[in-house]
Amino acid sequence: MAINPDLPFKFSPMHRLQWEEAQQKDVILYPEGMVELNQSSAEILKLCDGTRNIAQIVNDLEHKFATTGLTNDITSFLEVALKNGWIQQN
Amino acid sequence: MAGFNKTKPTPPRWLLAELSYACPLQCPYCSNPIDYAQHQSELTTEDWKRVLTQARKMGAVQLGFSGGEPLTRKDLPELVKHARDLGYYSNLITSGYGLTEEKIIQLKEAGLDHIQVSIQASTQELSDHLAGTESYQHKKEVAHLVKKHGYPMVLCVVIHRENIHQMPQILEMAEELGADYLELANTQYYGWAHVNRDLLLPTKEQFKQAEEIAQAFKEKVAGRMKIYYVVPDFYEDRPKACMNGWGTTFLTIAPDGVALPCHSARELPGLDCPNVKDYSIEQIWNESKAFNFFRGFEWMKEPCRSCDEKEKDFGGCRCQAYLLTGDMYNADPVCSKSPDHATIQQAIDSARASTLSADEKPLIFRNSKNSRTLS
Repeated sequence: MAINPDLPFKFSPMHRLQWEEAQQKDVILYPEGMVELNQSSAEILKLCDGTRNIAQIVNDLEHKFATTGLTNDITSFLEVALKNGWIQQN
Repeated sequence: MAGFNKTKPTPPRWLLAELSYACPLQCPYCSNPIDYAQHQSELTTEDWKRVLTQARKMGAVQLGFSGGEPLTRKDLPELVKHARDLGYYSNLITSGYGLTEEKIIQLKEAGLDHIQVSIQASTQELSDHLAGTESYQHKKEVAHLVKKHGYPMVLCVVIHRENIHQMPQILEMAEELGADYLELANTQYYGWAHVNRDLLLPTKEQFKQAEEIAQAFKEKVAGRMKIYYVVPDFYEDRPKACMNGWGTTFLTIAPDGVALPCHSARELPGLDCPNVKDYSIEQIWNESKAFNFFRGFEWMKEPCRSCDEKEKDFGGCRCQAYLLTGDMYNADPVCSKSPDHATIQQAIDSARASTLSADEKPLIFRNSKNSRTLS
């Protein structure tokens, strides 16, 4: 499944993204399963709210963390997230 | 006590709340204990709320409402709401029996995240026979309604010799019903399945054929449907990492409040499993004899103790070791390194002989009468 550069990403209604106090990390919850996220993955997923395409997500995060060159890392994570059904386009 | 381990255990992540042993179905592979009819008392709504609160505070996040049939509890919506307020991801594990559209909506509003519906086979005749109840058509309607109301739908089919030949039709049914996940659970031989093993355990050829069909289907539906394939451990040569390690991840609370490190642990001798009416979840998890019994590696006998794979599979399943070798400290006999590994082949041979036998025994269905007779 390839990323469409123009379309925004939204988080899947079949999954839940949630901060876990006991684990001190964000997790994705789905039927009988859980994925533990590192901070950067969680930051990317939180921007998948149906309003931003990939360029906007990269721009927002580079701005937020005052850095550049995040495109490749963010692209490869979004591909994984799309393949796993955590996020959707369209 | 065995395996007592002074380091602080990892907190529970998975809470299985067996709300009731009552069930309108009589599946002959039910994982409930054989003597369930002797444990008829049930926790109150307030007890359950306290348990959910305490376990959540420790870090439990996945919650299964199970049984028996959890829908037999009138307070289910109230418990679902409490679970949602606490931040659990809640799974309803149901036969679908008695589930109406009104109830599906009510549970959704209360915050239920997902419904898993079990179907026994791909044809009405066999499904109703295995369930011991006329339920097939209703289950299919329930599966549609679950989808209609926006829940992720998990279809669960327990696989055994009576239905393994239907694998292609079972997969077709899952597709037709629009399942988001399909759990193909090869029967694990505990509880009622242990009693009926000669009639349920398929041959290796049947397993292999069914697995190939399921594997091809998995590739075909990739991206649309996820397949959970629970392996048939009798045909493996290494045991499963049962419960992800004793007392590391899973906490089961039985209908009467007994806390168990796995849902079969009630059948093990001398664990003195604690009751949530007497202790907090934190006390039970961290301090009780039962939960510390097989933590770590100190309890192990050979060949597990010196095995370089012990951190991978923890010696396999304690209940299986007990049921098949009579000693719960032994290596799970599924392991080819176990001196008792021949018991697995004997079970396979015995099941094969029973198919060929002219006077095949009938299945023993899971109901209160049979429970009292067998216990």
